[in-house]
Amino acid sequence: MIINAIFFYLFAGVCIASAVMVITSRNPVHSVLFLILAFVNAAGLFVLMGAEFLAMILIVVYVGAVAVLFLFVVMMLDVDFAELRQGVLNYLPVGALIGAILLAELLTVVFAWVIGPDVAKAITAPIPPAGDISNTQALGLVLYTRYVYYFQAAGIILLVAMVGAIVLTLQHKPNVRRQNIADQVARRRDTAIDVVKVKSGQGLQ
Amino acid sequence: MTIGLGHYLSVAAILFTLGILGIFLNRKNVIVILMSIELILLAVNVNLVAFSTFLGDIVGQVYALIVLTVAAAEAAIGLAILVAYFRNRGSIAVEDINLMKG
Repeated sequence: MIINAIFFYLFAGVCIASAVMVITSRNPVHSVLFLILAFVNAAGLFVLMGAEFLAMILIVVYVGAVAVLFLFVVMMLDVDFAELRQGVLNYLPVGALIGAILLAELLTVVFAWVIGPDVAKAITAPIPPAGDISNTQALGLVLYTRYVYYFQAAGIILLVAMVGAIVLTLQHKPNVRRQNIADQVARRRDTAIDVVKVKSGQGLQ
Repeated sequence: MTIGLGHYLSVAAILFTLGILGIFLNRKNVIVILMSIELILLAVNVNLVAFSTFLGDIVGQVYALIVLTVAAAEAAIGLAILVAYFRNRGSIAVEDINLMKG
């Protein structure tokens, strides 16, 4: 149990510290790298809670895809980030005020709630006891049966996002020659080759 | 020294607040605003998984999976809009995004 506590404080501390660095770092590349660190440590928290599948998905999706996408965009855009940092101190007081109020409210809720007596009866898909089946299998048993429409909706969302991202960033340059497959398929022998009778002793033309 | 639900909820609350604070601090930089939104969604996911584990109901993890999907889609679309905007205007400062202001 002491090991559990040590790892919880390790993961939580590094996660929060790197989240602070994400929003205060001067260089956006550093921000992205600290975002990756925050996500990896959040995945550690997920493992501590027993949600191994989500932890691995978090690493694969965020560290493998989203963070690389951020890094790619940050490095591709030629932006003067120092100029964008101007005026941070102007926004600090109001931001700190709102943040403090929000944090106080959230922590008040966290330390004041109790679980209602009816919650235990309302549980629809109880987590099977550890060692019975793995977390991944338990999640799959629920996700592919009762929540299959949500699963399909998630797929649709990803498809729409993919199509949208391609449409937004694809650009057709007018002076670029492209492959025209219809033209290639429609070619016939008489348009492709000329049969010329060349007299002996004379060249062509 | 038992780590309970309150510990995880506190971590999520702090992460959420840091995300909100990041939006305020980096009001000019769209990329950091997008990263702050990712932090907020991460905090929501920590909350969902914490409740799922400590109440013993796996449905919370299903919803966390859906939130993860939406967050990934949102990041991709947001960055694509950013790239298209930068191509047109040569800037990503939030103050310059006022073409539709009447």
